[in-house]
Amino acid sequence: MVESILFLLVLGAVCGLLLSFASKIFYVYEDPRIAKVVNLLAGANCGGCGFSGCSAAAEAIVNGKAPANTCILIGAENISGIAGIMGTSAGVAEPMKSNNTCHGGNRATDRFIYNGLNSCRAVASLYGGKRDCTVGCLGYGDCVRACGFDAIHMGSNGYPEVNREKCVGCGACETACPKSILEVRTVSQRLLHLNSYDDALAPCAQTCPAEIDIPRYIGHIRKGQYEAAVNTIRERNPLLLACGRVCPHPCESFCRRGIEDEPVSINQLKRFVADYEMNSGKRIPMGCAPDTGKRVAVIGGGPAGLSCAYFLRRVGHHPEIFEAMPKLGGMLRYGIPEYRLPKKVLDWEIQGILNLGIEDHTNVRLGVDFDFGSLIAAGFDAVFFSVGAWNDYNLGIPGEELKGCFTGIDFLAKIGNQENVRIGQRVAVIGGGNTAIDCCRTLLRKGAEKVYLVYRRTRKEMPANEVEIAASEHEGIEFVFLAAPNRVIGNEAGEVTGLEYLKMELGEPDASGRRRPVPVSGSETILDVDMIITAIGQSPLLAFCGKGDRLDELKITRWKTIEVEPATCQTNVPYIFAAGDAATGPALVVDAIGGGRKAARSIDQFLRGKPVVPQPKALLNKHIPGTIFESVEGVVPKKRTEMPELPVSQRIHSLVEVDLVISEPDALNEAGRCLNCCRLCYNADA
Amino acid sequence: MEIGYFELIISCIFVNNILLAQFLGNCPFLGTSKKMETAVGMAMAVVFVLVLSGTITWVVYNFILVPFDLVYLRTISFILVIAALVQFVEMFLKKSIPALYAGLGIFLPLITTNCAVLGVCVLNIDKEMNFLQSLVASATYAMGYGLALILFAGLRERILLARVPKPLQDTSIGLVTAGMIALAFFAFQGMV
Repeated sequence: MVESILFLLVLGAVCGLLLSFASKIFYVYEDPRIAKVVNLLAGANCGGCGFSGCSAAAEAIVNGKAPANTCILIGAENISGIAGIMGTSAGVAEPMKSNNTCHGGNRATDRFIYNGLNSCRAVASLYGGKRDCTVGCLGYGDCVRACGFDAIHMGSNGYPEVNREKCVGCGACETACPKSILEVRTVSQRLLHLNSYDDALAPCAQTCPAEIDIPRYIGHIRKGQYEAAVNTIRERNPLLLACGRVCPHPCESFCRRGIEDEPVSINQLKRFVADYEMNSGKRIPMGCAPDTGKRVAVIGGGPAGLSCAYFLRRVGHHPEIFEAMPKLGGMLRYGIPEYRLPKKVLDWEIQGILNLGIEDHTNVRLGVDFDFGSLIAAGFDAVFFSVGAWNDYNLGIPGEELKGCFTGIDFLAKIGNQENVRIGQRVAVIGGGNTAIDCCRTLLRKGAEKVYLVYRRTRKEMPANEVEIAASEHEGIEFVFLAAPNRVIGNEAGEVTGLEYLKMELGEPDASGRRRPVPVSGSETILDVDMIITAIGQSPLLAFCGKGDRLDELKITRWKTIEVEPATCQTNVPYIFAAGDAATGPALVVDAIGGGRKAARSIDQFLRGKPVVPQPKALLNKHIPGTIFESVEGVVPKKRTEMPELPVSQRIHSLVEVDLVISEPDALNEAGRCLNCCRLCYNADA
Repeated sequence: MEIGYFELIISCIFVNNILLAQFLGNCPFLGTSKKMETAVGMAMAVVFVLVLSGTITWVVYNFILVPFDLVYLRTISFILVIAALVQFVEMFLKKSIPALYAGLGIFLPLITTNCAVLGVCVLNIDKEMNFLQSLVASATYAMGYGLALILFAGLRERILLARVPKPLQDTSIGLVTAGMIALAFFAFQGMV
């Protein structure tokens, strides 16, 4: 008896001493909030939250990776305690915040000289407003007087600025403003708002398929507020690192500075702030609206799926992504080569989206592992369908089945998946789009000695981005224009030895406005190659049709895409929504991102039991009449910042990223070139 | 114990699988098998902790408890020793090998006082194994645990996509599945 007590005392003392010494020796600093949060958790280590143990859950909560109500066992009191420690509020309704949509600028024509009462309302009701612009601020400050919380004041440019800390979202300013330039909206409403005809939108923002408020984020950069710029971009585009690298920036074609000077390098500025966030080592926190408890299955983890899941999560729903490939990213990962978008960068970006609390299931294919019926049975309330366009077109010429013939996406996906592909010495890539160029440049980096690009029209008609074409010229790709492949020549072993093509000449313009190539008879020429890649376009892979429950219900168009209502992305099955390449056919990454957000808006309506209707006056990537100018006065030309890139000798033997990020002074300089346009006005000297 | 090492390994991994034949350590089995990634982390942590505690408790038993005739204090002293040991290792890893700590650190405290860990330690003693045998047995029991956990995680990832009736979803179907795998493992019974 005595000895057992003694023994236990001694053993306890030894263990205690050992541990207390160890805790001194092996001390590591830890956020003190983690310990506080652990105390408020149930302590059962049950794993019900999805984390391995209570301390792991606490760590996730403190790092912002999990909400305060993560633990399934604790009551409301503890949840609000945790929320208190984290300085957030626990699941109350989202705050309404006032937002000024007019960027200032006084170049819209003043209609008349006004000598009356200093009130916007009086001016507006007398003449319909002092300025020509239908959305612009009149600047008499009715909103400032209406605000009971001292949250609005007139800025130096003569338009109101909202102090978002003080704003309580009462809506007084919105009521007072006769031009409705002040909007009081929740974060969710802002996230899901589509550009509309009566918004204050610069031409670039009207053009952007993802509808990013471009002048606003450039304005943030000009003021050095890089985090604010990232947040502004994230309101519309969660994949800013990827887009900053691969977007062919249609916005820049409509930049007003571009009318008189070179356009602002909008996309490089996006890349600059996106890289700024990644290199800063910490993620800018994003909030999510209170949980709705609704689950959405997102089929396909490409740009459209990621975008839709991101917006659904931020407005409070629970999306889960189902991806057929081993990793998320879709064409961003398997279609775009490493030297344009490094996988490490993509991983970081995708992780940021998943950190919002989005679950992902990889290596599961629709029609093989699950179908719509099983998703509904598993308790999903809606389905978002974004399987992309992974089915390469074939040329339909003899010899295409020979060894050494590949198709574009199939080849790029194999490289992206780090599979071994035997690369030929002399390779012909057929096609003139970005996929073809990506194949050419990848081949060069994988050791091909000579790469030909065979295209049936000329350089002018090539659908690939101009910068990509120029870069591949620098890298020594040989272009064979006006050539239509006729047959593939092989040897006895069934290996490719050559490509026979017919020379073409340009004839009458066809439906797309490009001159139709016409073959020249008797002009057969043989190109001596041992590998051929066909990259002449893609369509969605519809192999799932007929392979499971409810998979035949979707209506397919004759272009083999999913038929959707363009303004809502809803398919003929009410709970299924589709966007991205699967619905539009091959398009830009940024189109898919915009489509994902448009679908998220409709899915949100559907989940909240409202009728799924298009947004009234939605712009849907058209331009507002009268806002695209022929000429712009008073623009002093300033040199556009060149994109820094790796020299050819350093880049063609490795998959290192070619395009580099611009420096901070260059970014500030480039941001200073923005005219800060609104619909009609712009600041020439901004 | 009179047994060859090969038979011992087969017996620990398959025939007497700690999870599916002896039903020890079901709590973390269900808790961490929702995702393959967590399951792999947990499996690694189990191997680590079991090898350490299996050997240390053998030493404590044979060199302290037996000589001082305190065998009846086996359970309580094992719990104490294992808990202190795991805490110590956790602190050591956090400071010295942060990468390994990040990989399995969060799983360590979760299995400190797990019944599978204590169960293996007690079984080693009950079967009168020598030091080397108990080392091999601990490691292979842990591998068996890991095998079952990873198998199960793979199944559960699939079950998420299957049509499961509402009342049976999540943990319920998990338990049903675990029972069926256990039945399958009973086929190994009598091999060694």
